[in-house]
Amino acid sequence: MARRYELIYIVSPDATDDQVSDLHNQVEAIMQRMGGALEKTENWGRRRLAYEIGRHKEGTYVLEVINGTGELMKEIDRRLKVTDLVIRHLAVRVDEEQQVVERSRTRRTETSRRRRVARGLPPDRQPGEGQRGESEEERDDRFEGLPEMER
Amino acid sequence: MNGRKSFGGGGGRGRPAAGATKEGGQRRPMFRRRKVCKFCADKIDDINYKDVKVIGPFVPERGKILPRRISGTCAMHQRKLQTAIKRARQIALIPYVTD
Repeated sequence: MARRYELIYIVSPDATDDQVSDLHNQVEAIMQRMGGALEKTENWGRRRLAYEIGRHKEGTYVLEVINGTGELMKEIDRRLKVTDLVIRHLAVRVDEEQQVVERSRTRRTETSRRRRVARGLPPDRQPGEGQRGESEEERDDRFEGLPEMER
Repeated sequence: MNGRKSFGGGGGRGRPAAGATKEGGQRRPMFRRRKVCKFCADKIDDINYKDVKVIGPFVPERGKILPRRISGTCAMHQRKLQTAIKRARQIALIPYVTD
């Protein structure tokens, strides 16, 4: 069973676009060699880092969603560790989480549909229905007037 | 006068009467908003570490995670929020500390 992982890595801001895409190709090559598949890839471009990582204040973020085995991720992890151009990376397994989310979402729509039918309403919400002012953006003052925390 | 601040004549605990003393006592704020879990209300199932917009309000300036007793987040979502914040910190989307 292939698992799904999300891999994010931050490339040093000194790297050129070629080097970034080269890195991406390297990752893809490992994937092909070890029987993984690329689900999607995103380049977030250059972003400010929340804190300095080894003198760097900016970095290019790249996100890859990978279907593959743990072995594959281990290899990618090892390779990214030894690559100096990558200043930080993080791989997270996401398939189990996604399943749970999917399940709870379908369960919620089903119960709401069932209840609506029981009340003699069409199963889906009609436009303009619901409590008045619900769509209005209620001001989120939850964080205002807090007892002063240790700031 | 007396040692405690008086709440419109009601001992203090529980709901303060409307129009009671200004500034309230040190013990309780005048009106407590009913706290609702933001994620339950908005039906957000997965708290993703990648969207800083969602997580952001739960990380005050100092960089600490906002406690449940203040944000009103439910236990399940606070747990998910916690992992999300910790992951976001690892890839420098959110600071660990700021001073």
